[in-house]
Amino acid sequence: MTAILFYLLSAICIISSILMIFHKNAMYSVLFLLICFFSVAGLYVMLNAQFLAIVHIIVYAGAIMVLFLYVIMFLNMSTPITIRKSKLVMGIAVFTGSSLCFVLVTALWATNFGQNPAIVNQDIGLASTLGKVLFNEFLIPFEVSSVLFLSSMVGIVIFNKKEQKDE
Amino acid sequence: MNDVTQLQDQLRLVPLEHYVFLCIVLFCIGLTGVLLRRNLINVFLSIELMLNSINLLAVAFSVYYNDPNAQAFVFFIMVVAAAEVAVGLAMLVMIYRNVQTVDINALNNLKW
Repeated sequence: MTAILFYLLSAICIISSILMIFHKNAMYSVLFLLICFFSVAGLYVMLNAQFLAIVHIIVYAGAIMVLFLYVIMFLNMSTPITIRKSKLVMGIAVFTGSSLCFVLVTALWATNFGQNPAIVNQDIGLASTLGKVLFNEFLIPFEVSSVLFLSSMVGIVIFNKKEQKDE
Repeated sequence: MNDVTQLQDQLRLVPLEHYVFLCIVLFCIGLTGVLLRRNLINVFLSIELMLNSINLLAVAFSVYYNDPNAQAFVFFIMVVAAAEVAVGLAMLVMIYRNVQTVDINALNNLKW
């Protein structure tokens, strides 16, 4: 049952991401990527990483995708971009991606990743365990990430302010 | 206790290799999208897809090897991705205001 669910979620994820890169309209691409993100969140739940599943939905589906949709509506690109790349460049792109996929899969095909765990720690993905890890071993990176957010916020404000001054 | 055995059965049913292959396929789809599309928004979306495949791989390894540190790393990758998307979209809006397009082939002044 869980194996079937895994393959179903993987198929949804792969198909929606393929549709995402091949769709002409950017709005539909964002919505297909949203489907892909929800199926990835389902895979997190199957891996018993509930906290990351919730954070994934909140951050990606809630914040990043809304930002993308807002920018697309803000730019008002109702008409899809008509000029396409040449067929040769598209073929080279698809060939590059598929050949990288082929190389990685064949390189990892015979790799032994070890036996599946004998003892599974049930609490590994819970918020309490991750909170202890995050505030003990990763306390300094956690604080630095707040500085990163502050600097990115300042950068965005400076971008838009400069633009207004030019006009 | 019943939950623990259930989770072990679940992990035995889906080997780690399948998660690795799923993540490889997703990463390569994202790479193809970056190379294929001319629209800057689609390029950003493909980069998000690549970051997601890496996150999924880290979570799979973390669960299969009983190590919560990888999930903390995934948390930081999400933080950096959020900051990157915010700055990137602000730059995209600025580029659109200046050159009236988001086509990456219009931005070829530094190409040669």
